[in-house]
Amino acid sequence: MRAILVVLVLAAPAYAADMPAGASSCSGCHAESTKAQSPVPPLRGRTDIAEAMRAFRSGDRPGTVMDRVAKGFSDSETAAIAAWFAAQKAAR
Amino acid sequence: MKTTRRLFLGGATAALALPAHAQSAAKVVVVGGGFAGATAARFLRRENPKLHVTLVEPNATFIACPFSNEVLVGLRELSAQQFRYDALKREGIQIVQQAATAIDADTRTVTLSDKTVLSYDRLILAPGIDLDWKALPGYDEAAAQRMPHAWKAGEQTTLLRRQLEAMQDGGTVVISAPPNPFRCPPGPYERASLIAWYLKTKKPRSKLIVLDAKDQFSKQRLFTAAWKQLYPDNLEWVSLSQGGKVTSVDPSTNTFTTEFGAHKADVGNVIPPQRAGRIAELAGATDRTGWCPIDPVTFESRLHKNIHVVGDAAIAGAMPKSAFAANAQAKICAAAVAKLLRGETPAEPRPINTCYSLVAPDYGISIAGVYHPVNGLLADVEGAGGISPVDAPAQTRKAEADYAAAWFRTITGEVFG
Ligand SMILES: Cc1cc2nc3c(=O)[nH]c(=O)nc-3n(C[C@H](O)[C@H](O)[C@H](O)COP(=O)(O)OP(=O)(O)OC[C@H]3O[C@@H](n4cnc5c(N)ncnc54)[C@H](O)[C@@H]3O)c2cc1C
Repeated sequence: MRAILVVLVLAAPAYAADMPAGASSCSGCHAESTKAQSPVPPLRGRTDIAEAMRAFRSGDRPGTVMDRVAKGFSDSETAAIAAWFAAQKAAR
Repeated sequence: MKTTRRLFLGGATAALALPAHAQSAAKVVVVGGGFAGATAARFLRRENPKLHVTLVEPNATFIACPFSNEVLVGLRELSAQQFRYDALKREGIQIVQQAATAIDADTRTVTLSDKTVLSYDRLILAPGIDLDWKALPGYDEAAAQRMPHAWKAGEQTTLLRRQLEAMQDGGTVVISAPPNPFRCPPGPYERASLIAWYLKTKKPRSKLIVLDAKDQFSKQRLFTAAWKQLYPDNLEWVSLSQGGKVTSVDPSTNTFTTEFGAHKADVGNVIPPQRAGRIAELAGATDRTGWCPIDPVTFESRLHKNIHVVGDAAIAGAMPKSAFAANAQAKICAAAVAKLLRGETPAEPRPINTCYSLVAPDYGISIAGVYHPVNGLLADVEGAGGISPVDAPAQTRKAEADYAAAWFRTITGEVFG
């Protein structure tokens, strides 16, 4: 019992504080729940974010605002954000 | 099980030598339930469900400013701007429907209008703006009943709308735009655009004059190009160097006086100079500018420990005073406060801002920015951000108008839904 609790307590902080820099701003436009009607896709559970950001940044993929936002993050910063979203349960 | 865990936790926290107040649940008081404060309250509880979070807000219903320019010209009703705090209550946030009237940073207490005193471990101030009733001669609260500001949404929005509706075709509308910094840098120009659209479609012989205390403004190239294309006969912008700075107003005659002359309006909209909400000043958190200097990592006040300031009231460097920014800052601040209460050090943030404006109902434009702390201030990440392309096709403008509406639904869902 105690052993389990130790793990729980030490592993529990899946706090948003541990989100990589930049990631907490995304939900201003990308809704966390699919309840909000929006043409902007939810990000949680997605595995293609790093690639999309790279394409926005290089101009290969036209964006309305994401081309401008993507330029604020390097490949490694984007990778951290992408990994964080990929590890979250998909929005419902 | 519960008891075991609690006992165990007590032992663990003691062993890790966290600050004393972290052993019992820490108390965080949030003052102001707008975009910044309501976000902060919600995300504090998500960061750490054990925190005692109290949100102090005098109004039972919040009325959102974004999209209130659409309300002015009849494209939307004020009811679509109204949000309540029921969802926050359900999440265990204590909502206290009072105004904060005093803050003592030494004793860490907040006094409310009913004289209740709340104590806090950390305080988050999010009071938004106050209009500076002393900055423009002739313009005080009584004058605003005749010449509305409509810069806090609600009755003022309805008043200005009624005046526009009552105006005869052939009338003159005058808007005075304030010097920097102020709430929503593109806001006066979105308002000018939509009023010009209203005049062009409903009262085509009428005219709008924008008297500006500045030579430059947000998304200027996009607005100017759109005005030339859409409203060449209905909208005139008078810059600072052309004599646009309003030096006084006279509500009895609806007159705006500038350095170069006087303009008599049928409908006069004064967007006056602004400052942080008064409670920030009472807390001693404002500097000479009337706004609150903060640390760009934690949003902690530079003037008082354990007090954080987010939203329009804060001096956020290159970040504009927008609802998007208020929400982004509040999420960062909530995470930082939760970490500080655990005795940890928050990491450097990288907030983003995106603001849409409508130039006409199907014509949206945007500005975006990405920010990081540089020399103690939030600065633009170079090479990022900027405005919509100047030569975009109508289809892009329409898409941005749709994104604008979607943004409002998404953000109000995250903050209040
Ligand atoms: C016409 C217009 C259009 C806009 N359009 C956009 C847009 O398209 N996009 C965008 O991002 N932003 C927009 N904005 C800007 C946006 O409204 C503000 O930046 C945003 O509201 C700031 O959030 P805040 O929480 O700091 O302040 P607010 O949202 O104003 O909230 C402050 C809250 O604090 C409360 N309060 C004040 N004093 C006290 C006290 N003493 N005790 C307790 N509570 C107190 C108030 O009642 C209020 O509820 C627009 C603004 C205007 C005027």
